[in-house]
Amino acid sequence: MARRAAIIATGQTRHASRRRDVNIVELIHEAVRACLEDAGMRPADIDGVVIGNMEHFEGVYNADLWAVDGVGSLLKHSMKVTTGGTTGASVAHAGFYHVASGLFDTVLCIGWEKQSDGDTTAGLIFQSDPLFERGNMAGAIGTFALAANEYMQKFGITEEQAALVAVKNRGNACLNPHAHLRKAITVEDVLASRVLARPIKLLDMCPTSDGACAVIVASEQVAKKKSPNRPAWFKALATRHDQPFNADLPMLIGMRTLTEAAREAYAQAGITNPRKEIDVAELYEPCTFAELSWYEALGFCEPGGGGRLVESGATQLGGELPVNPSGGVISTNCIGATAMIRVAEAALQVMGKAGDRQVPGARLALATGFGGSWWSEVTILGAEESP
Amino acid sequence: MDREKILVSEQVLQVPFCYSAGGVVSRFLLGLAEECTIYGIRCPACARVYVPPRATCGRCFVENTEWVPLSGAGVIETFTEVNYTETVHPLPAPFWIGVIRLDGADTGMVHLLRTGEGFEPGIGRRVRAVFARKRSGRILDISHFEPISSK
Amino acid sequence: MTERLLDVTVNTRYPYRYSCGTIASEFFAALRDEKKILGRKCPACGRVYIPPRPVCGPCWSPTTEWVEIGPQGVLECFTVVTFTFLDPMTGRTRPVPYGYGMIRLDGSQARFQHFLEESDPGKLRVGLRVEAVFAPERKGSLSDIQHFRIVE
Repeated sequence: MARRAAIIATGQTRHASRRRDVNIVELIHEAVRACLEDAGMRPADIDGVVIGNMEHFEGVYNADLWAVDGVGSLLKHSMKVTTGGTTGASVAHAGFYHVASGLFDTVLCIGWEKQSDGDTTAGLIFQSDPLFERGNMAGAIGTFALAANEYMQKFGITEEQAALVAVKNRGNACLNPHAHLRKAITVEDVLASRVLARPIKLLDMCPTSDGACAVIVASEQVAKKKSPNRPAWFKALATRHDQPFNADLPMLIGMRTLTEAAREAYAQAGITNPRKEIDVAELYEPCTFAELSWYEALGFCEPGGGGRLVESGATQLGGELPVNPSGGVISTNCIGATAMIRVAEAALQVMGKAGDRQVPGARLALATGFGGSWWSEVTILGAEESP
Repeated sequence: MDREKILVSEQVLQVPFCYSAGGVVSRFLLGLAEECTIYGIRCPACARVYVPPRATCGRCFVENTEWVPLSGAGVIETFTEVNYTETVHPLPAPFWIGVIRLDGADTGMVHLLRTGEGFEPGIGRRVRAVFARKRSGRILDISHFEPISSK
Repeated sequence: MTERLLDVTVNTRYPYRYSCGTIASEFFAALRDEKKILGRKCPACGRVYIPPRPVCGPCWSPTTEWVEIGPQGVLECFTVVTFTFLDPMTGRTRPVPYGYGMIRLDGSQARFQHFLEESDPGKLRVGLRVEAVFAPERKGSLSDIQHFRIVE
């Protein structure tokens, strides 16, 4: 039986489009230092490290081996986990499994990306099937454009409804000192922004950012004895993969991997009515249309109801189920860190440390991770320990 | 299926990278480019001098702060002759590389060794940095290390 | 600490030689030599796949049979790409605008992603019938199908 584990500290960098002031090791160090300070700990207190990024972007591999100085992992157990867009969540999950196994007590988990050191769309090519997809893919933008068109066609989702997601999330980012893009926008701004691949416009799509995020996963004993923060207990974790090619899947129409991962996570956490029981959600939304589709896959509304849900205001800060109070991926996207930031922001909500973006009284938080090809991770954190 | 009927997809993927050096490494590279000087950096806690320099001392987990200009001379700790050519190598074969412990440094540094007349690389042999004529803030602003003839 | 920050640029060229394996080789050979598009069938569920694969994921059954599919099909979704990006396969930016979509080829249940001849979004819609156009010179790769054109 797995031991209980909790996140007891978080740390993030100042995310930006280009952090020229730091190299990769220094960027990682910034998040690690912030996280250790949040925990009141030093490297000596850490008995294991899990680190990951999406290596294609920087063209450097095995940061677990050479970022040692910045991580504080000299002569420690260290493991690299790299799973594309979901990397940050996979790293957090791996940290949980280290601790839940009973073999580790205090695991530092780091997700990072220095997007500006490489070319993001070119780097994404390496993720695609070399024989069948590389020749014609157009990065994440092209793929989401195809997916969004199909989704709009099926359910009558409109570009205006999608734009509401951007307005919401970019507005929330103004409350988050770590976020990359911190300027509020309007629906008109979104609709007038440059078309990249119809219907995806510039303001429908996430930016690329440099940033790192770290959390410490601790055993129950460490969490109760040493954590200066209210622990955010892991209540559920699930991941799902699907068939390999983008075209195999309906993509944004009933995203199977997210539906299935959520089903399992809800069962683990004993949740039967997610919209009522979850206090806050941090979703990995690479574009506006995706967030609408994720509402449906997560059971926050019926299939095809994502547009109406965002229009109702239910997912705004102050609404029934705030989604992405941090500003989401639309405001900050350092890919290897992004899914970790969702987990860290969910933890901050449960800890009561989310500052101006805090959802009052949040005790149960959900975080998702997304990666091409369309696979999903779900994490649920709560203020109550699991039975 | 016949082995010769198995097709091969040949792809050359070209991706440009532009790595931010960060403050510490930038200072080091500028030292090479503008001063023909190799700088190490010292940890204020354990006094180790790192070259190439890094922002954090991995042993102490503190910020390295003190710059130490080095003479550029040092000792070969280990070396080899590379006898095969790859496009990613800095030079066509044969060429020598080694780990050089610069005078005043606590870490070794990998670089190219150029042999001279009557010089055989050897562990313990003394060498000195030779700077490239055209420098732009890269590690190969040091062209190679050449033997210091013993007197 | 210096105010001056440097960047180190590295233009990498990674050469790869991917073995296509048996099944993809047969698929590409059919494109090259016969201008035929082959789907790969699972004997357990009957699903015809493109791209072809040796195992049907849901059934965990080896796929056994080739079935000729297309060359026509239905456009299930599309976009017109208007942003420029570096295509690492060529080292150059890909010319825009261009159409690109997912086609369900006749005889296959799976969809297939490829370029469209049409780049005017006003002329594209879900449900159009499209047809593969083969390149005059073919080498045994996906680009042996140049694009899909709208069938009047």
